[in-house]
Parts: sequence; structure tokens; C-alpha cells
Amino acid sequence: MTAPLLEIDTVSKRFPLKATLADKVAARLAGRSAGGAVHAVTDVSLTVERGEVVGVVGESGCGKSTLGRIVSGIYAPTEGTVLLDGKPVATGREDHVNKLTTRVQMIHQDPFASLNPRMKVGETISEGPRTHGIVSAAEVGDKTRALLEQVGLRGDYADRLPHQFSGGQRQRIAIARALAMQPDLLVLDEAVASLDVSIQAQVLNLFLDLRRDLGLTALFISHDLSVVRHVCDRVAIMYLGRVVELASAERLYAEPKHPYTQALFASVPTLGTGRQDFRPIKGEIPSPIDPPPGCAFHPRCPFAGPRCRVEIPRLTDAGAGRTVACHLNDGGVGQEAAA
Amino acid sequence: MSAALDIQGLTTRFDTRGGTVTAVDDVSFSVDRGRIMGLVGESGSGKSVTGFSILGLIDEPGRVTDGRVIVEETDLRSLSPDHLRSMRGRKVSMVFQDPMMTLNPVLRIGDQMAMAVRVHEPMSKAKALERARDALGTVGIPSPEERLAAYPHQLSGGMRQRVAIATALLHRPAVIIADEPTTALDVSIQGQILAEVRRLADETHTAIVWITHDLAVVSSLADDICVMYAGKIVERGTAEEVIGQPRHPYTRGLLDSVPGQHAPGTHLPQIPGSTPQLSHLPSGCPFRNRCPRATQLCASAPPLARFGDHTALCHHPLETT
Repeated sequence: MTAPLLEIDTVSKRFPLKATLADKVAARLAGRSAGGAVHAVTDVSLTVERGEVVGVVGESGCGKSTLGRIVSGIYAPTEGTVLLDGKPVATGREDHVNKLTTRVQMIHQDPFASLNPRMKVGETISEGPRTHGIVSAAEVGDKTRALLEQVGLRGDYADRLPHQFSGGQRQRIAIARALAMQPDLLVLDEAVASLDVSIQAQVLNLFLDLRRDLGLTALFISHDLSVVRHVCDRVAIMYLGRVVELASAERLYAEPKHPYTQALFASVPTLGTGRQDFRPIKGEIPSPIDPPPGCAFHPRCPFAGPRCRVEIPRLTDAGAGRTVACHLNDGGVGQEAAA
Repeated sequence: MSAALDIQGLTTRFDTRGGTVTAVDDVSFSVDRGRIMGLVGESGSGKSVTGFSILGLIDEPGRVTDGRVIVEETDLRSLSPDHLRSMRGRKVSMVFQDPMMTLNPVLRIGDQMAMAVRVHEPMSKAKALERARDALGTVGIPSPEERLAAYPHQLSGGMRQRVAIATALLHRPAVIIADEPTTALDVSIQGQILAEVRRLADETHTAIVWITHDLAVVSSLADDICVMYAGKIVERGTAEEVIGQPRHPYTRGLLDSVPGQHAPGTHLPQIPGSTPQLSHLPSGCPFRNRCPRATQLCASAPPLARFGDHTALCHHPLETT
């Protein structure tokens, strides 16, 4: 068996908070060090095989976008390693990141922000491959036109500016720009979230076609459970910086195991006739600056016991390639002490 | 029983450099007390402009050119600006997508809510605060007493939206217009708010117009649905009728393009083309150049096809499936 294309190994990312003068004084008086950190990603391990599309799902602040940026080499992890084909995607720490590869390309959420408004679409697409010598100057024009046609646009659109395109067309241009670098891995960060539903279907179909034709490998980051189900082979559910459940899409959607995954599925409105009886998760998402001790989900979890308040659950095997980070799956939540 | 909100022939136009565009085109619908009307459409369909037009909140270069907006037997369009202002917040209120459009960032929650109470009803501040606290409790905010002293930035996005909804409820209005109020929220928080809104409509008998692009949300929340396209209501019926048996080809296409109901990895049915620009609409039916059922007939204005109370603005509505 060959090694996976992407190996994320116990990656953590903390963003230090700048302490204000008042914080520093207060900390000095209390005899502790000033400044906390946002625990954006904690101990995440994940692999992506060649030709596989892995979904990363979670609510805001769960660390899914930070993970995507680490994989793309935009952020360096605080701890852990990210290997593409056995080689690191970036070196350096914190402020001094050196991106080492062009083989990971990212597609962002907002195609109005991700395209340079003053650059012709053709230049936007060809800038990367020309700079890195992926295409020769002689064939740049043909390549660019071919890419535009591949994403369902007309080749002569290369001479137009972004403002002449709709949101869906711009997202196609962003996809063409990423493909121009002939990447091994695509990172899509909420790539269809800002599109209208009829346009979203067009872009998802394009993604499925490209996947089939080019054998794309991708990390598909999204908050939308139905979109993820449609395009992903495996899905990681994240909560407050950690992966809480990882399984094939089929198994996960048939039977979510982690109480958070279950609750998430129960709160999503589904298309159907008749009123839905919402069973929302109680409480709010805690702050990643000061995550709860033990299992981060325990304050909102209907099954939480004493063990959940003190011990962080590890991802353990739940059969058929599924892993779940929950004490229910690993010896129980413990008994409440008799009052 | 008369409707809490009755809109007839509402039309809003904007003067642009490229000519006058009709953002809301002869829109009519009514909402009874305690019912939730889902107003669904994609960007540019005119759903938000409809909401703003109802409250008379259209600014230059836009203007409401025609129609009636009747709230409990009063036509809001016939009122003087002062009289209209006295109706807003008291008889009709609005909840925006961004709660910070409602909340003042430099005032405590209690102070601004009490102000909103006393604008319409003279009473002591203590009594107004009591009303505010009760309203916060109604929308499921824990320990409302403490929240009164908080500033908006101290609350999460979901809590702020609850405060905005509580503020809209202060005078027990007959009608609430809610414009994409849960779009910016996480699904677990959205679920909480949808559950509260459903309960509010049932218990307080407020009529709610819920404006959204999210078909799944309206299908699970609304009693009735209006589907908008290019400024027109193209289909109207109960949620069950519109979702279960859509008559307009656009509604059908929209419903089919939602992932999650198709086998994973298969092509989603898609509506070709892109959402139209109001300045470049085709003659007749605005959907005809994207429509699989279009014929030459569609170059003329589509008639209102009736299936009982369920209507579709279409020459070739879908028959029973």
C-alpha cells in the first residue's frame, strides 16, 4: 500500500493574544504570565489518499479554515507536521512561514475578494504557472483558453475583467486559476457557500466532472452537511479545534456516533414537507481562548458524565474505519457521585 | 378573520444610470395572525426590497410606486411620515440579517430596549426595563436580568440576534418582517432560533414574514411560501403544496438543485444560466430563457395559473406528478 498523499500529524495551531498594558499589570500583580492564546486547532491528525475527497465540517470557530490554511502552507503549525508526498508543505514558525510547494492550491469562499479586480482574467489564471515555469511563454495563451473552457467558460473571456462576471462565473475562474498550477491537492474553503443554490449546483457539478476527469484529490471544508455528503468520500467533524469524529461519508450520515455530530444533524433544517420539530443543541459554542476542561463538548452534551469534565477523550476506533473522540465509545462517561 | 398583513400590487422601482428597473413587480400576498410566510428567492430576486418596501424603508434612488400595504386595516402607504414612524416598531417591526443594524453598540441592552419601549408608550424607565427583561426571556435568553446590563459586543452573534428579535417583540406587533435573520448564524444556533420563532408565532399570534434564500429553512419553518424571481412572485401556496408539489418550473429547478436528496457523487439537476439582471429581462416570462418548458407563448406575459389557492405565474405550469 502506498503512503497517503497528505499526512497531517498531530497538528496544533495557537494564535497568541496580544496582551494590553492593563492585562500585563493585572498579570504581574497576580503573579502569572500575561496573554493567552486562541487554540484554533489542537492535535489534529488526518490523511488524504490520492484521488480522495475528504470533507472537514464544523461550525464557526471550530478550526476548519485554520486547518485548511496550514495544509496550504499559509500558516505554519505550532506543533506537528503536514507532509505532502512525504515532504513538508512549509517550514518556519509563526510569522516566518516559507511555503515550500505549489502543489497545494486553495479555492476561497468569496470570488469577489479572491480575484484581483484590475487584472484580466487570463492574467490571473496564467500568473502562477508563468512565474513558476509550469508553462512556456509560447503556450500560455492556449493553456489559459483551454483552462477556461475546462471550467465551462468561453476561451475569449481571458481578456475580460472580473467585474464582468457573476459570482458563479468568478468561482469558475478561481477554480481555473488553481488548476493552472497542476496541483496534487486542492483545498476548498467554503467554495460554494456564497453562491445561490441554482449556481451552487452548477459549480458542484463542475467539481464532480473535474474530479472524474483529472482524478483530483481535495480537502473540502464546509459547514454545509448536505453539500459535503454529495461530494466527499470521508468526513471529519470538528468541534472547537479538534476532530471529534471521522468516518466514510456513507457511515457518518447513516449513523452519526459522536453526540455533537448527532446534535448537528438534528439541528439542520431539511427540505421536506411538514413542519420540522427542531431539537436544537442547548447552549453556545465555547470560546477557543479558554476551552472547557475535559471534553470540549461536555457543557452542551446530553450524555456528559464526571469523566467528561476532566479527561479529554481520544479518537478511538469505532469499527469500519470510523474513529470517534467520546468516552461513550471508550469505557463510559463515569458515574455521578451519590449526593 | 382579516389578515394581519395584506399586500396588494406592491411595486418598487429604482432609477439607475441604465434606466428604471422594477425590483418589486406587482407583489401581492397576505399573512394571517400566527402564520409564518416564507418569502424565498435567490440574490436579486427582490425579496429583501419587498421587506423594506413594506416598512417604507426604501431610500433614493428607489421608490415604492404602487400598491397597498395594509396592517390591521391601515394602509401604511397612505400615512404621513410621522404617523408611519409611530407604526414601525409598534405594529410592524423588522429583524435584519445583521443584528448590529438594530443594536446601538455604545448603549447597554436594557437602555436601548427601554428607549424602544418608551418611544411608543410613555412609562417609567423601571417599567420599561421590566418589559425588556420579559421580552428577553420570551426569546429564550438565559438570565435576562444580567443581559440588560451588557453591551452588544459582550454577546455572541446568536444572542445578539435574539436581542434583536426580543426588541422587535416589545410592542407585541401584529407583523414582524425578518430578513435572513439566521443566515449568518451557525446551524446549531439557527436551530435554537427557528424553534423559538415557531413558538412565538404559535403563542403570540404574530404574523411573520421570513425572508430567506434557504429552501430547507422555509420548508421546515413556514406555513406558506412565496417564491420570488426577478421581482415577481412566481409561485404561492402552503409550504406543503410548494415544496411537495411545485407548479412553477423555477421552483421545481430550485428544489432539485439542493444537494442531499440525490445519490452522492451524481450530477445535480441544475438550472442553466445565471440569475437575471433586472435591467436586461426578457419580454414576457422573466424565466423563459432558463426554462426547460419554455415555448414561443412565453414571450407574452404569463397568466396566473390556479390550483385552488396554490398559484403559479406560468404559461406551462407543472401538472400533478
